[in-house]
Amino acid sequence: MNNLIISPLFSVLISFAAYKAGVYINRKTQIPLLNPLLIAMTILIIVLLNFHIKYEDFNNGGQLISLFLYPATIALALPLYKKLSILKKDALSIVLGIFSGAVSGMICVILLSKMFHLSDLLTESLIPKSITTPIGMAVSQQLGGSPSITVAVIIFTGIFGSIIGPVLNKMAKIDDKVAMGTAMGASSHALGTAKAMEYDETAGAASGLTMAVSGIMTVFLAPLLWSLFQSFFK
Amino acid sequence: MKYLKQLTIIWAIYFMGVFIQALFHLPIPGSVIGLLLLFVALYTRVIKIHMIEETCEFLLSHMSFLFIPAGVGLMTSFDLLKGKLIPILAIAFISTILVWMVTAVVVKYLRRAFA
Repeated sequence: MNNLIISPLFSVLISFAAYKAGVYINRKTQIPLLNPLLIAMTILIIVLLNFHIKYEDFNNGGQLISLFLYPATIALALPLYKKLSILKKDALSIVLGIFSGAVSGMICVILLSKMFHLSDLLTESLIPKSITTPIGMAVSQQLGGSPSITVAVIIFTGIFGSIIGPVLNKMAKIDDKVAMGTAMGASSHALGTAKAMEYDETAGAASGLTMAVSGIMTVFLAPLLWSLFQSFFK
Repeated sequence: MKYLKQLTIIWAIYFMGVFIQALFHLPIPGSVIGLLLLFVALYTRVIKIHMIEETCEFLLSHMSFLFIPAGVGLMTSFDLLKGKLIPILAIAFISTILVWMVTAVVVKYLRRAFA
């Protein structure tokens, strides 16, 4: 019986069931906070804790899923390529905008983390919080953070950004679809992009492109900013 | 069969990414190198869209399922998060608003300036 529970097949099956439940609840309620992944994570953590299944045993199936997670990162090249042709003439503005957003966002996270006396591990887990999850997990790992914490923070950021983005858009009178879409993608990755697509097609394209670009940029900028900060404040 | 063929192409690109990372000891994840490789391959038309499209779309639209193992790993980090939940949420809120505003304003004014 125990052999069955720690088999990768069992993990994949309960993950699938939990994810289906998450998608269903999200669709029925239409509440952004009830995010499918967040629900699936909660259900699975409760199940594992209640049945005293160790995370290591559950994660036997994790290797199997990783076989698809890395290809999913690579797949981001497709929307980047497709959307580039639509937005070619705005490429420079978009790239500079993403750069400014990414740098100011990461500096803000580092300074606030210091202010709240968070450990280095937590700070490192928070730095990639605005980018797309697969790249964010990799950046977190590279910096020495915890990819698990990063996943959770990235989901919250995505939910929050997709709610607040349209509000900020109105308040700040942005009145520019490309700027709005870029900001959605830079601040709240895939969830922001879904929102931008509802709003406008051009905004959606800008957001989808931004998601990939800001992820790549963060890979290069995050270690740089973090080590710079650490050498200054030692 | 089509999906398997496309997936194999993507796996091969991933493998090349990891290989390049190991070869040059790069601080960039192999998957991100793979992303750049695929982009360059699409741009130079070494790889045509139809050779990878369906599988890419499939992976992208069901991506969040793939974060479950890492997400559930949160259960081993509860001690680390004790008493830190409010600061973490505050940091997430404030920095998200900042990133949104900075990006939107910069893009808006640059587009006008370049127009």
